[in-house]
Amino acid sequence: MSERRDVQTLLSQMASDLQSLLHSRHITDPAIIGIHTGGAWIAEQIHQQLKPEQPLGTLNITFYRDDFTRIGLHPQVEPSNLPFSVDDRHIVLIDDVLHTGRTIRAAMNEIFDYGRPASIILACLVERSGRELPICADVAGERLSLETHQHVKLTGPDPLELLIQESK
Amino acid sequence: MKRQDIQCDSQGQLRHFLTIEGHKRETLTQILDTAENFVTVGNQPVKKVPLLRGKTIVNLFFESSTRTRTTFELAAKRLSADVLNINISTSSTSKGESLLDMLHNLEAMHCDMFVVRHEQSGAAHFIAQHVAPHISIINAGDGRHAHPTQAMLDVFTIRKHKPDFTALRVAIVGDLMHSRVARSQIHALNTLGVPEIRAIGPCTLIPPYLEQMGVHVYNDVREGLKDVDVVIMLRLQRERMDGALLPSELEYFQTYGLTQEKLALAKPDAIVMHPGPINRGVEIESSVADGPQSVILEQVSNGIAVRMAIMSVVLGRKPSGEEGEA
Repeated sequence: MSERRDVQTLLSQMASDLQSLLHSRHITDPAIIGIHTGGAWIAEQIHQQLKPEQPLGTLNITFYRDDFTRIGLHPQVEPSNLPFSVDDRHIVLIDDVLHTGRTIRAAMNEIFDYGRPASIILACLVERSGRELPICADVAGERLSLETHQHVKLTGPDPLELLIQESK
Repeated sequence: MKRQDIQCDSQGQLRHFLTIEGHKRETLTQILDTAENFVTVGNQPVKKVPLLRGKTIVNLFFESSTRTRTTFELAAKRLSADVLNINISTSSTSKGESLLDMLHNLEAMHCDMFVVRHEQSGAAHFIAQHVAPHISIINAGDGRHAHPTQAMLDVFTIRKHKPDFTALRVAIVGDLMHSRVARSQIHALNTLGVPEIRAIGPCTLIPPYLEQMGVHVYNDVREGLKDVDVVIMLRLQRERMDGALLPSELEYFQTYGLTQEKLALAKPDAIVMHPGPINRGVEIESSVADGPQSVILEQVSNGIAVRMAIMSVVLGRKPSGEEGEA
């Protein structure tokens, strides 16, 4: 069985929460970075809604994963692209689903190889249970408490669809 | 065939990279796509990714090399591996230790990969046949046989400028007889589907087996360069020539050297390549080597990304593939 979520509703929630958070922290010139692949799709939508001055950045964290020696290399064709200086900048890091936290750990390591940001805000479409690292989302479209056999899957980019599936 | 099998483990994953022969198009494409991701690492303020942290890579160079050895070293370091450079002429083989004894000593130091350059054809295969199952070998050039990582960086550079291999006419000019680079390039271009490969040079420097590899041979450089998309110049390898294969370097330059006037016979957007080191005024005119159609220095930068890709594909194979190795 599977359950569908309306991505547009979650996106609007994310965008408005993110806007108030940036406002309360007096951040006027943030840079948005999406994690390939799903996070980059979400980041693109958020970037269109917030219209920040900085162009959209994308990260491909393949080379920063912690399971390289266990699962090998699965390269994606899109390399990382951060078209702005990371130094002293307030970063909004965006992913589709926050689960174990390992992807975010890898992404933060990669960001620090580009420079020393002033701060990083983590925004996710869905924050689900199952964290293995001390990482939490500052902004989430929805927070879900799921069993380990339940999976959240974003497909896209056009149309963006979010499914909650049960594995056998 | 043994030579082809030895490059993969029991699960078909790439374990050694010894020659282009025997690899499927998908394997080469996977390496090229992976390399694409590594190009940007050189632009990061911290030019490093943590992928091969904790791995030890040994550069075993039995023959001198500057570009290949340094780009292999940089590639390994940008992947965060530890690198050992062993220059054999100054090592203990000069004290009488056999090659295999030296290899077994390096194995005992828990190294993961040997990058081998040797003046004898087949040396990398020989070493691959005798190393422990946890060690991978990359051939960085063996005699006249193969230089597969150079061929991969060349096709990577071609793909950057001319994305469709199946629409290309490629000319390789010069000393194909002594060139392991040319042999590997021909195998790579054939595997990737290039429909027309031309070899241009004097009879004394064109080996007889080229036509069996599907290559069109031209002794007339002007005829051969007509309408090609890519011109690959080869270095005249005087150190490998024993007989009088050429009258003089000057005459060679006048006949086969790439000048602007000869290059004008190729397509207007043709690119000029050279594996280096270049002999200015012997196989190529300076104004061509430094000209707008030259991608010679791009080849060097791309060499780092492509070698990073090969190292990480080989060392990134699933560990279960190591067991049950013959």
